[in-house]
Amino acid sequence: MTLLNPKFGNYGGQFVPETLMPALIELEEAFVKAKTDVEFQKEFNKLMASFVGRPTPLTYAKRLSEKLGGAQIYLKREDLAHTGAHKINNALGQALLVKRMGKKRIVAETGAGQHGVASATVAALLGLECVVYMGSVDIARQEPNVFRMKLLGAEVKPVNSGTQTLKDAINEAIRDWVTNVRDTHYLLGSALGPHPYPTIVREFQSVIGTEAREQILLEVGRLPDTVIACVGGGSNAIGVFSGFVDDEGVELIGVEAGGSGIDSGKHAARFGDATKARVGVIHGTRTYVLQDEDGQIAETHSVSAGLDYAAVGPEHAMLRDNERAFYTSATDAEALNGFHTLCHTEGIIPALESSHAIAEVIKRAPTMKKDQVILVNLSGRGDKDLNTVLKEMGNSE
Amino acid sequence: MNRIENAFKNKPIFMPYFPLGYPDSATSIDVIEALAKNGADLIEVGLSFSDPLADGPVIQQATQVALEQGITIKKSLEAVKELRKRGVDIPLILMGYYNPMLAYGLEKFVRDAKEAGADGFIIPDLPIEESDEFIRATGQSPLPLIPMLAPTSSPDRMEKIARNAKGFIYLVSVTGITGERKTISAGLSDLIADVRKHTNIPVCVGFGIGTPEQAKEVGQMADGVIVGTACVRTIGTSQTPVETAKQFASQFRSALNESKK
Repeated sequence: MTLLNPKFGNYGGQFVPETLMPALIELEEAFVKAKTDVEFQKEFNKLMASFVGRPTPLTYAKRLSEKLGGAQIYLKREDLAHTGAHKINNALGQALLVKRMGKKRIVAETGAGQHGVASATVAALLGLECVVYMGSVDIARQEPNVFRMKLLGAEVKPVNSGTQTLKDAINEAIRDWVTNVRDTHYLLGSALGPHPYPTIVREFQSVIGTEAREQILLEVGRLPDTVIACVGGGSNAIGVFSGFVDDEGVELIGVEAGGSGIDSGKHAARFGDATKARVGVIHGTRTYVLQDEDGQIAETHSVSAGLDYAAVGPEHAMLRDNERAFYTSATDAEALNGFHTLCHTEGIIPALESSHAIAEVIKRAPTMKKDQVILVNLSGRGDKDLNTVLKEMGNSE
Repeated sequence: MNRIENAFKNKPIFMPYFPLGYPDSATSIDVIEALAKNGADLIEVGLSFSDPLADGPVIQQATQVALEQGITIKKSLEAVKELRKRGVDIPLILMGYYNPMLAYGLEKFVRDAKEAGADGFIIPDLPIEESDEFIRATGQSPLPLIPMLAPTSSPDRMEKIARNAKGFIYLVSVTGITGERKTISAGLSDLIADVRKHTNIPVCVGFGIGTPEQAKEVGQMADGVIVGTACVRTIGTSQTPVETAKQFASQFRSALNESKK
């Protein structure tokens, strides 16, 4: 029996080898204790302020709002958190749990490298050994982050199996974890995987939503009409959504990677492609999974490594089924357009992942009234993506 | 007496693992037939999955090849039927990850597996917490879902899992993924003794056993020895896989006959 509910409606659960079950039980216990432990909360909050730099600001995107001519657009600036993305919130929280569990080593997976950098960072901060698994394809397209992880003292292990992207990095991280589970914690970076991970990750990312709600109430005097976030595994989205999920009037929009377009088959739109996405089990959780007829996990494509994954966090699957949130997608081209637009109008270089959310803002804001408000979670900064963008610009010229 | 109970008359039993479709469909059927007719007492027939997270590199690579060769659940079940046609009468346990079974449809999968002549299932990513759905799907005359226990299983879990076990218990001998190890884990005999406190059902040990000598050693403690990686590697790298399978099975069977003494 678990202490917390392991399911989100029909989704979630704990589909892992027996060897790992005791570790999940231990992790859940540590998490439940920490949640109500004043000392833990104090330490976490202190580091969130003094190390991560929270609260991150809320920025009114004046020129973008004027250019689109509709809703007023506000950006939650997770790109300004230490290490340049929201990933640090969860990495720090879990690393503090690791200290409490008395483990000395963490393994992590990374796609875009943001979670890998966040894990390497907290490992350095707290004196933990850190190994990051990263697909070879992702290593090639996110080179600056690979170097950052190494500088921070982490070992980056390339993964050459399967599609050599995030999915395969997770497989390898789990294999390492199974082998070293007695002294190793798997610092899972998204709202994915077996219970209690999706709940833990949401909890540590809920700071985004909590802050954003207070900030927008202070700044605008009311709640936003629409909250938009990109969704890979879905940790930044679940973090910002959690602040508004009880506010019925606030529309929640998740944006998946449309890749080369849904019809092309080259994408990572788990909710967008009824021919390839079915409910299944991958990496310990039951959720929507892109797969073939025989249940083999499909290859995905996205210009952004962080969204290039075949499954979506189980809580998003529930929010989609009960229609509390809506999910759409942006293609690579639309995301790149969002990227350039934000650079030009606001002087902010967004991550390609976050650029998917901007792409949706560009579609949606003009259809809304000037007194309406969009809050978009700018989950990360784009420094890591400059090579990719340069290449894409070359291709389109 | 069903096939599984019958197989355990020859304790300790030899249980090789081999994936269907590797290195190609026809060869894999010939290999499994050769294993069955030359000393294997029970075979774990591997169903391939794109993301085998409990497996080491050898089995990952083999199942990847099988998928590239076009293996599917449907073709795997046809292969089981073919093995029965060829007179293979030892238990065939289907070992695979959960998602392809879900995609096939659980009830249909269990029914078709039974019809094809399979005797049970091993699903490494389906712990006891999640197994109700599968057990419900097995219906009236259930083929057993073989439970796994690991060195990390707490005494409580061990008791709960062992008490409800059917067929046999798959005891993972090492904390880790599939693959050969240089030595047999020192705590294994205590671990087996712990499991036996809760059940009279046979206890078979897998993960990490790669040589006939190691099999003999484990055979002195356990009711069965499971050999996966070494079997796949040895047969997979052979120019004459069927011949190699025959030798492989007879070597391990002889070694286990030794451990009876």
